[in-house]
Amino acid sequence: MKTLRYLLEKEFKQIRRDRFLPRIIFLVPLMQLIILPFAANFEMRNIYLSIVDNDHSVISQQLTDKVLSSGYFQLTDVSPEYNQALASIESNRADIILEIPAGTEKQLGKEGYAEVLIAANAVNGTKGGMGSSYLSSIIQDFNREKGFDSGMSLSGICSTNLFNPHLDYKNFMVPGILAFLMTIIGGFLSALNVVGEKEKGTIEQINVTPVPKSVFLLSKLIPFWIIGLILLTVGTFIAWLVYGLVPIGNLGIIYLFAAAYLIAFTGFGLAISSVSSTQQQAMFTAFFFFIIFILLSGLFTPISSMPEWAQNLTLFNPLRYFVEVMRMVYMKGSTLADLSVHFGVICFFAIAFNILAVVGYRKSN
Amino acid sequence: MNNIDVQHINKSYGGVSALRDISLEIKPGELFGLIGPDGAGKTSLFRILTTLLLADSGSATVCGLDVTRDYKEIRHCVGYMPGRFSLYQDLTVEENLKFFATVFNTTIKENYGLIRDIYVQIEPFKNRRAGKLSGGMKQKLALSCALIHRPEVLFLDEPTTGVDPVSRVEFWNMLDRLKNEGITILVSTPYMDEASRCDRIALMRSGECLSVNTPEGIRSTYTRPLYAVHGSFMYKLLIDLRSYPDTYSCYAFGDSHHLALKDGKNDIVGLEKFIREKGYTDVTLELIRPSIEDCFMAL
Repeated sequence: MKTLRYLLEKEFKQIRRDRFLPRIIFLVPLMQLIILPFAANFEMRNIYLSIVDNDHSVISQQLTDKVLSSGYFQLTDVSPEYNQALASIESNRADIILEIPAGTEKQLGKEGYAEVLIAANAVNGTKGGMGSSYLSSIIQDFNREKGFDSGMSLSGICSTNLFNPHLDYKNFMVPGILAFLMTIIGGFLSALNVVGEKEKGTIEQINVTPVPKSVFLLSKLIPFWIIGLILLTVGTFIAWLVYGLVPIGNLGIIYLFAAAYLIAFTGFGLAISSVSSTQQQAMFTAFFFFIIFILLSGLFTPISSMPEWAQNLTLFNPLRYFVEVMRMVYMKGSTLADLSVHFGVICFFAIAFNILAVVGYRKSN
Repeated sequence: MNNIDVQHINKSYGGVSALRDISLEIKPGELFGLIGPDGAGKTSLFRILTTLLLADSGSATVCGLDVTRDYKEIRHCVGYMPGRFSLYQDLTVEENLKFFATVFNTTIKENYGLIRDIYVQIEPFKNRRAGKLSGGMKQKLALSCALIHRPEVLFLDEPTTGVDPVSRVEFWNMLDRLKNEGITILVSTPYMDEASRCDRIALMRSGECLSVNTPEGIRSTYTRPLYAVHGSFMYKLLIDLRSYPDTYSCYAFGDSHHLALKDGKNDIVGLEKFIREKGYTDVTLELIRPSIEDCFMAL
């Protein structure tokens, strides 16, 4: 016990004395929390719009104004005919075309409905899809204001966004990024730390002392567990300060999950360090796994839109569960009872990764 | 009893054989040297004896404890100073010493007597980080850390490699003092001139133990007449001496050539005549006692 305490004291001294590490430990999460949610924003702004107005009427002018005042669109050109507008899409100056045919106003006045054409450039699928749906909802809105029928409003579909009424991506991304941070701190730092001792040869000197391997590994695990929890605290504070985000659910649940999750990923880091002999190898191995974990976590892309085999793969991804937990607690206020399966799975990973680490270390000796 | 007993140890890495049937018996309190060039297998033997590496076959005991079965106990009673400086460079001198004292469940105070002579030399820098010490000071700190738990057996892997000649002499004086404390010391070095400071030495080359004896004993096994040859045109002289029919071997040694004649051929007059006939006028011949290095070259 005394040995462990002293080993821990040594770890913290070393971390503190490192010129680079303490800064990076706190800078990385700050940057990620402040920058990423804006960058990983799926809201589309600056969609370039080309309008073909063949009607030249009050209505067509009003519709154009309405579309532009939404803030999503920027007018690139007003073309006299569709082919010219298409040329501007082909040359990548416009993303979407709105064509108002001649006689629209007349037809609206007479029959109460008229057709407009929306054509989107789908090279950038998200931009094309989002752009055309924004545009059609603006047109619907316009119809409603003017008292016209529109095809869609007739069918009476009305959507409500539960738990995130304004579909604010930040509400959605920030908790996910917090989960991602725990992964980096737990996995990367612990792997690099142990391999660092291997590279410097200090592990050799430790190995000839009576310090048991388990105590040595614990002395590597605990500091990053503590740093992880401190970072979580900093992260939730930043989420509140910058984005006004406070978990609807119990903050204690988040800490409970983070504690288990950090044990899982420090174990993962240790397992990587047991098979690598240089920091470069450890870095690359960790990076390889983390990219897969992140892409299959549902952090940036919804799991439900992945092909089935990929969906099945996500079941073996601990990050997926933690991202879900963070979002559920933050946005839905889920309770521990709702999350019991998640907790079981994360604990399972914690045990499995640490067993892997111990086995790896036993083999290498 | 703090002896070391090595019996028929073999170790190979992949297809390369690093140690071949090594057997050594090192007595309690002995200062024993492993002498050999790089790649002789010295470090592998150290790593096996300090329980860091498993031998492919053979057995070894340290302090009567088996290196594979009783590795935990061995770690309590040996001190190891690896060839590469492997203390924590980002901890200070004092912190390193305290750290190793603590992991061995002891304190600096308890064994200060043993390390005092060495530690006082680096004590003025005790708040300096180990990574910022000079080579000689690093080595003293490493020795202090290896001694802080008062080991019964001390393993020093090339402790003087890369250290200046004055510090090297100083270091061997320290080892003499430790020997007087009754500590068994196994030390390796590629420097043949240090061999004479050991009680006994083993000459090693390519994983084999060529000879085990006292330095004096090894020198006395050298029976051929040995001459130090000085002169100008040294390179041409070397080639000519090698062509002399009685020459056993001739090699450059510092600023002279060492010429070993075949056993029983000690015809100095004939040799001088041969040299004169080759056209040399300023060559001096001096019969010398073989050094350890000469013995090593002859093996």
